[in-house]
Amino acid sequence: MTVESTAARKPRRSPGTKTGTAGTTGTKRTTRTTGRKSAEPDLVQLLTPEGRRVKNAEYDKYVAGITPEELRGLYRDMVLTRRFDAEATALQRQGELGLWASLLGQEAAQIGSGRATREDDYVFPTYREHGVAWCRGVDPTNLLGMFRGVNNGGWDPNSNNFHLYTIVIGSQTLHATGYAMGIAKDGADSAVVAYFGDGASSQGDVNEAFNFAAVYNAPVVFFCQNNQWAISESNDKQTRVPLYQRAQGFGFPGVRVDGNDVLACLAVTRWALERARRGEGPALIEAFTYRMGAHTTSDDPTRYRHDDERQAWEAKDPILRLRRFLEASNHADEGFFAELENESEALGRRVREAVRAMPDPDRFAIFENVYADGHALVDEERARFAAYQASFADAEGV
Amino acid sequence: MAVEKMALAKAINESLRRALETDPKVLIMGEDVGKLGGVFRVTDGLQKDFGESRVIDTPLAESGIVGTAIGLALRGYRPVVEIQFDGFVFPAYDQIVTQLAKMHARSLGKVKLPVVVRIPYGGGIGAVEHHSESPEALFAHVAGLKIVSPSNASDAYWMMQQAIQSDDPVIFFEPKRRYWDKSEVNTEAIPGPLHKARVVREGSDLTLVAYGPMVKLCQEVADAAAEEGRNLEVVDLRSVSPLDFDTVQASVEKTGRLVVVHEAPVFFGSGAEIAARITERCFYHLEAPVLRVGGYHAPYPPARLEEEYLPDLDRVLDAVDRSLAY
Repeated sequence: MTVESTAARKPRRSPGTKTGTAGTTGTKRTTRTTGRKSAEPDLVQLLTPEGRRVKNAEYDKYVAGITPEELRGLYRDMVLTRRFDAEATALQRQGELGLWASLLGQEAAQIGSGRATREDDYVFPTYREHGVAWCRGVDPTNLLGMFRGVNNGGWDPNSNNFHLYTIVIGSQTLHATGYAMGIAKDGADSAVVAYFGDGASSQGDVNEAFNFAAVYNAPVVFFCQNNQWAISESNDKQTRVPLYQRAQGFGFPGVRVDGNDVLACLAVTRWALERARRGEGPALIEAFTYRMGAHTTSDDPTRYRHDDERQAWEAKDPILRLRRFLEASNHADEGFFAELENESEALGRRVREAVRAMPDPDRFAIFENVYADGHALVDEERARFAAYQASFADAEGV
Repeated sequence: MAVEKMALAKAINESLRRALETDPKVLIMGEDVGKLGGVFRVTDGLQKDFGESRVIDTPLAESGIVGTAIGLALRGYRPVVEIQFDGFVFPAYDQIVTQLAKMHARSLGKVKLPVVVRIPYGGGIGAVEHHSESPEALFAHVAGLKIVSPSNASDAYWMMQQAIQSDDPVIFFEPKRRYWDKSEVNTEAIPGPLHKARVVREGSDLTLVAYGPMVKLCQEVADAAAEEGRNLEVVDLRSVSPLDFDTVQASVEKTGRLVVVHEAPVFFGSGAEIAARITERCFYHLEAPVLRVGGYHAPYPPARLEEEYLPDLDRVLDAVDRSLAY
């Protein structure tokens, strides 16, 4: 295998390409020149915040055949994911969920990358990949069990090749790498996507995962959603270099993509997955995006960031820019948007009803599935617990 | 080859070889396990015979080894990973405790984690710092893990077979100071259950409970005590989690006295759990409080002091005397 250097994979922009993303205000537009000093990062962008399609010599081919129907599909995915997310936040406020980790603002990064995966690929999420779960076909209501406190993961990972949410930061990147090593051993041509965030990039496990993946040339795509904030800590507390550049030191390519551009996220993830399938090893994608909401419903972002930063990112909204593009290119009409609005409300209703109807687990669930082959102590404690519970029934004459 | 005398390390080697032969999903992973055959040569010759794809020299990163083993297990493999020394396991502790132990339960039983973590453990070999520790209690406290430790070559062979076949993660503590002790291994025997303790010497006056490296010591203690007319029973636990309290209880009901011996520090060690449970189960049979002999609440000492730290014949006999004096 030839290891491509990061420099070789760095997005090459055609002269005169405008950008308005990331870092400063959404309306600022700069012409990119080599070696220029700027706070703005290099990133792959196919749709501007204004919804204008811009050419990209490197990545256009990965979305060249995309149909209006598929574009509407991406839009629908993002809208429904946002609606689901909003419903979950509301359900937490109503006391139906104990906690919720909102993905607001990250829809394009998740839908673009999620829709790039194939059915036989495998995905290892953090706890915020509700949009990716949607793409994988996991019923959104299944995601809510752990946030309601009725289970610690309510879906069969192998039904949709979507692993359980992982809460301890970065651990899943090693599982993803090991799984990808297994794919390579099996001689299969599927691949793995490992999701993580900017905070996780500081974890040892993530760096070990990068190294194992590189050494074994594992077919894994490391998809980092850099949403700028690890709870209250901004990027400069995590890294002195742009995160995508970390890949170079491990010997695989890294790309920064506009994480609010669903088309660019789709294209770049397709590129990374295709090379992984061809046996060319791992790649790192840094999706540059923004966490519009709090870290979780327990968090108060007003303590550590200014609202004008949020407002600047609002102008780069992932859904709005695709809508502008669909409208300008006549790929979607009023009827489509109206119908989607209805579908969206129906989803909210379905989620609400499902959560409210979600029963508490049986108390003996404590002892279930602790081991696959059983354990004498668990059996003994279960029996004692049962006797204890039964003693109340006797006292009550039940 | 049905019955052959072999060293404990060789027995594990033969067992791993058999697993690699019989199940194509079995993998060996770890630092130096391939070309070198492991620093104790436990995996000697396996890479040569089974290839680099199945006997994998990994980067030097314990969390990475266990973390990728979890991923391989999710893909359907049965990884047997080696942690080179007891004191090196802690970079992997998070992956073992937070991920490996809990993933089956978190998935509501949907995924299984048949991963064996081999750890050469314990002292008595004059090693440098971090090469002589006994961290089994730190793992036994974690639901979802199974903890075993063989004391002899035959158990090493068969318990490794069973650990690899287990659908649960097993931490396999290998008594490194017994690696070169030889005993008979019958490779066609039908082994008993993995987590069942064994009475290795019958007696009536007092029960000695041990596992791994301390079983041999307890047998020597029983020999010495016999010369003084004391008839000690020795129980080899073999498994720390689950722990076969029934066998220990039956023994203590007979003898009325119990001394637990392990190299690990006594404080919050497995002896504490055994003392508490046996006191509960055998309260009216006990003629003396349960006593423990083990390491001190101090970092494992430099090699020149380890004989003072580790349980030895005299320290165990002292505990036996104290118990019998009640």
